[in-house]
Amino acid sequence: MFVYKSCMRLLDLPLNANARLSSFDEVRAKLNQYGLYVGDTVRVLRVAPLDGPLLVEVNGREIALGRVLAEKILVELQ
Amino acid sequence: MRVALIGLPNCGKSTLFNQVAGYKAETGNFSGTTVTFTESRVRVAGEVIELVDLPGAYTLQSGSPAELEAARYLNSRDVDVIINVADATQLSAALSLTLELAALNKPLILALNMIDEAARMGLHIDADGLSRELHVPVLPLVASKGRGVKGLFIKALEVYRKREQTQGQETDALNPQDRHQLAVEISKKYVTQGERRIIWRDRLDNILLHPVWGYAIMLIVLYLFFQAVYGIGKITEPPLLALFDWLMKGALSLFEGGAFLAQIILGVLQGIAAGVAIVLPYLLPFLLGLGMLEDIGYLPRVAFLMDAFMHRIGLHGKAIVPFILGYGCNVPAVMSTRTLEEPRDRYIAAALAVLVPCAARLAVVFGLVAFYLGPVAAFALYLFNLLVIAITGKVLSQLTPENSPGLIMEMPTYRVPTLKNVFGKSWFRVREFVVEAWPILIAGSAVLATLNYFDLAYIFNWLARPITWLIGLPFQVGVPLIFGILRKELSLVMLSQALGTEDFKSALSPEQMIVYATFVMFYLPCLATLSILRRELGTRAMLTISALTVVVAMLASLLVRGVAIIFL
Repeated sequence: MFVYKSCMRLLDLPLNANARLSSFDEVRAKLNQYGLYVGDTVRVLRVAPLDGPLLVEVNGREIALGRVLAEKILVELQ
Repeated sequence: MRVALIGLPNCGKSTLFNQVAGYKAETGNFSGTTVTFTESRVRVAGEVIELVDLPGAYTLQSGSPAELEAARYLNSRDVDVIINVADATQLSAALSLTLELAALNKPLILALNMIDEAARMGLHIDADGLSRELHVPVLPLVASKGRGVKGLFIKALEVYRKREQTQGQETDALNPQDRHQLAVEISKKYVTQGERRIIWRDRLDNILLHPVWGYAIMLIVLYLFFQAVYGIGKITEPPLLALFDWLMKGALSLFEGGAFLAQIILGVLQGIAAGVAIVLPYLLPFLLGLGMLEDIGYLPRVAFLMDAFMHRIGLHGKAIVPFILGYGCNVPAVMSTRTLEEPRDRYIAAALAVLVPCAARLAVVFGLVAFYLGPVAAFALYLFNLLVIAITGKVLSQLTPENSPGLIMEMPTYRVPTLKNVFGKSWFRVREFVVEAWPILIAGSAVLATLNYFDLAYIFNWLARPITWLIGLPFQVGVPLIFGILRKELSLVMLSQALGTEDFKSALSPEQMIVYATFVMFYLPCLATLSILRRELGTRAMLTISALTVVVAMLASLLVRGVAIIFL
């Protein structure tokens, strides 16, 4: 697997930056179940305080993702 | 003919179903409200059809229990027509499932639900183009208002009569990833984003999910919610109890006061009264309020805000709902654990929710602790309760091998709740209580009356003696503790009967008062809650949770006793 310079955890993605979901093997089933797939464009809309969950937008839908999940998802900045 | 409704979670399948079949399926602006399928015979345009509401599914292949259920149903039964309900505002996500369904080669109709909402968002969907591309009839629908429902079913009949086989594309060979890609491409082709007219959702979220104001507003909303519910309870409970008092006196006067039959009738009446006193003043207002918050779409926002806290006790944000409801009544609290996906999360959330002091237990804490020891002591007891729940949650999540997978939840758009839907939903849940819990309350009440008549109630004092001795309570409190399982607010009345005085100060030391209140706060949930626990999680879970509450109550009481001995 290639490691891109712009590759980072979804958890570390700055607010409102667009990125591509690039890999999340560990939690793939869970994410696919909610209609999230590799290649989708993701944007972090807000983060709840005190290490709370992320609110992300994917394909026009807003989805809340807990930190446990967000740290297992890798994204590429666009 | 059999028609199956299928679609993504929260796309409005159940709303459509209820429009046609009357209120039979539970709905909510919260993913995963439907966990099993609901069937109903309905008459549409002179034809009787079997309509099936399947649980929401993103795909037919993945592993959540609800999705497996949907897939199994579609594969096993002879479904004549599939109506694929899609949220028109999120078409790309919905089309992936449509492609998968098209590959089943069964008559298929795509219903674009919430098309009005899509128009408001400035989305234009080329339904004809979509229909040509997918080889499937595509119809607009606003299920919540009943628009397009009739046309949809007439189309379903038409498709059925023609036995129109949908020309399945070569999609079965596609893996989920490629299918998703294709769905995104198709939706790009046929959906044009015009000017987005409203951004009020974002504006509202800017406030409601704000790191500071979000929490402030949440507290205000919940405060108003509780105030409203208690307000209704305060108005409705006294006349109801007075009515039953009158009925019981009437029943007694018909017999010799001591007759066995009179006692049994009294017991039954008490059971009926207990049911009424739970349902009308507490359960119904709570469920109506919950229904409103749910349909508006506020509950997922609360879940989002509270995720960080819930995470610390081993759960995630969605589990906050049972806790909030628990302060009113544990029965709807246990019912609401249904929205959690993992069995582990449901178990822990239910176990913790029954430790939350409901309105009835509030009466004991107020009547005993606040009245005799002051409001500060009562407040401290509530804080102590939160601490115990947090510790229990921590311990339970350490004991279960798997970790909570973390929060993943669709954040729905705000919707204006319709009264019809909110009332329908509340009635649906109240009926569950009436059918499940009420008969048990009545039977339990009759059994206790029998024991009372034969003067066997003192056995309970002996049964409970190991516990009452250990936490330093008088011998006689065994009866009120065990009878209290019927109805917690009776624990105080029966305590005065057992002690033979209304002035608790003369019979109990301050230490014993606070220990009694602590024990009542935690030990065994009431009979109504127990029966709902059994229904939601099974007999085994009901028994283990009951045992757990007794252990927690013992430990908490011992701790309080120790602290009270030092400070009081």
